[in-house]
Amino acid sequence: MLRFTLKRLGWALLTLWMVITLTFVLMHSIPGNPFAKEGKMPPGVFENLMRYYHLDEPLYVQYGLYLKSLLQFDFGPSIKSSTLTVNDYIREGFPVSLHLGLQALIIGVTLGIIFGVFAALYHNRYPDYLSMVLAIIGLSVPNFILATVFINYVAVEWGLLPPAQWGTWKHTILPSLALAAMPMAFTARLMRSSMLEVLSQDYVKTAKAKGIAKSMVILKHTIRNAILPIVTVLGVIATNLVTGSFVIEHIFGIPGMGEMFVKGIFNRDYPVILGSTVFYSAVLIFLTFVIDVLYTWIDPRIKVTGGE
Amino acid sequence: MEKILEVRDLHVTFHTYAGEVQAVRGVNFEVGKGEAIGIVGESGCGKSVTAQSILKLLPQPPVQYKQGSILFNGQDLLKKSEKEMEKVRGKEISMIFQDPMTSLNPTMTVGKQIAEGLTKHHKMSAAAAHKRAVELLEMVGIPQPERRVNQYPHEFSGGMRQRAMIAIALACQPQLLIADEPTTALDVTIQAQILELMKELQKKLGTSIILITHDLGVVADMCERVIVMYAGKVVESGTVDEIFYNPQHPYTKGLLRSVPRLDQNRNEPLTPIYGTPPDLLKPPAGCGYAARCESAMRVCQLYDPKLDMVRSNHQSACWLHHPLAQGKTGS
Repeated sequence: MLRFTLKRLGWALLTLWMVITLTFVLMHSIPGNPFAKEGKMPPGVFENLMRYYHLDEPLYVQYGLYLKSLLQFDFGPSIKSSTLTVNDYIREGFPVSLHLGLQALIIGVTLGIIFGVFAALYHNRYPDYLSMVLAIIGLSVPNFILATVFINYVAVEWGLLPPAQWGTWKHTILPSLALAAMPMAFTARLMRSSMLEVLSQDYVKTAKAKGIAKSMVILKHTIRNAILPIVTVLGVIATNLVTGSFVIEHIFGIPGMGEMFVKGIFNRDYPVILGSTVFYSAVLIFLTFVIDVLYTWIDPRIKVTGGE
Repeated sequence: MEKILEVRDLHVTFHTYAGEVQAVRGVNFEVGKGEAIGIVGESGCGKSVTAQSILKLLPQPPVQYKQGSILFNGQDLLKKSEKEMEKVRGKEISMIFQDPMTSLNPTMTVGKQIAEGLTKHHKMSAAAAHKRAVELLEMVGIPQPERRVNQYPHEFSGGMRQRAMIAIALACQPQLLIADEPTTALDVTIQAQILELMKELQKKLGTSIILITHDLGVVADMCERVIVMYAGKVVESGTVDEIFYNPQHPYTKGLLRSVPRLDQNRNEPLTPIYGTPPDLLKPPAGCGYAARCESAMRVCQLYDPKLDMVRSNHQSACWLHHPLAQGKTGS
């Protein structure tokens, strides 16, 4: 296990480095600069600003400087804001995005598993059709449409929940639901097919032949085995939530990291773009690692080893 | 001999998109206390459906028990509810399946899978059931049972898994064990060991056994009586000696002829039964075997022969046994 962890850590660092390098190169190949929107400024001021942010140095020097500051966990200053650093942005925005993302993930995956299990148990009967209609809606309706519909009906027409902003738990419900629709639909479909496969396995018949009640057979012998594909795509689902949240955060006016990332790109705010990309990547790599460990716990046939 | 199981005129059908498949068409047989019987026949002749019907393991729908009864100690299992069946399964009657590689849950330790039935039927505590699981593993001949009990099925070899399956099946000391091709998926040396184990345990525990197989050698080794099934019906039944040395039904004769012999010349081709079993979506009006039978007569196409007593310990369903057919020889 220790060897596995160390090895994975090595790969994670390598991946991160590649993400940093690629983002760095891509970012600097976009035309424009952070001060393009500021209007006319005297050449002396412009040069001073460029020098202050080391933007006048050759790219490889800037790259070196950036890596050096990253090693000290310093994502650098935001060029757009005179007072806040990228670290400040992350400190403020990430907890919000994490809260929203996790809530949506839990809602989506839990509901998805429940719908999927019921669909499989009532294969080709009404609960199955109902779950699959819900799943198709969840997969085909983009979350910004869903968000607008929620805001219009639940918040504005019926006045049940606040339409936007971030504060109490009531504010979290609509954006979480809008974000959760897609993973819910995805999980439901996957869980259904996986359950159908497991239900036809011989060991389910063995369990039944032991005289175990049907509900116990389903709980102990099928769900755990059927859940494996869900765990596999959990990483992808988490990525979807993170990227999906850009739009949702924007619509609901939530001060998360998605907002900051989108604005960073618009403003050519180099340290913000780099900082948020690197941070997101780190989070995803960590999640993937957690999922790999989870895997071995669910399916004892898979063993993590340092070998091979 | 006291009977513990009587299957009477059992009809089982499957509903499919193509129509109703009549998998079992009026099967009759019985099992005595402590007796081992074999059910033989080729694939698709209704052996497994008959066996799984006894425990009502087949999902309904698509399966429907059309008519007949399965009396276990005098009680009709077909009339029991699902809840009542749960008390029979594993406790009174258990089953071993064909493929030990897929019959054990890969995410649960072998010990837990053995203990499950014990906690359910004997209301044992988890610790007691675990201890009993170790004893059971030892009984089925698995070395180091204390260590093995906590292992997962993938850490067991094929033969050991089938031993574990036997331990699961015998955990609650059932009166009847149904073994559905228990050795088909195993290699020959392991087959012999598993059969030996089953024989030994049958003697020790007095369990009755229904052994389903298409391997005639296995039947000769294990069973006292044999039932030969064809196209969803019993075509011949009798003691092992009668069936092997004095077969009456042309199908049984064909089956016995098709077994490769050690003294056979290697260049000599094996003797198959030509043709395929009838389509049970539209079962024939007459004898199911008529289309493949070398001595088929006109009556065979039109009317289905009933099981007739050939001797006191031997029954066969064939028109050749009819007095009017005397002189015609069964091949």
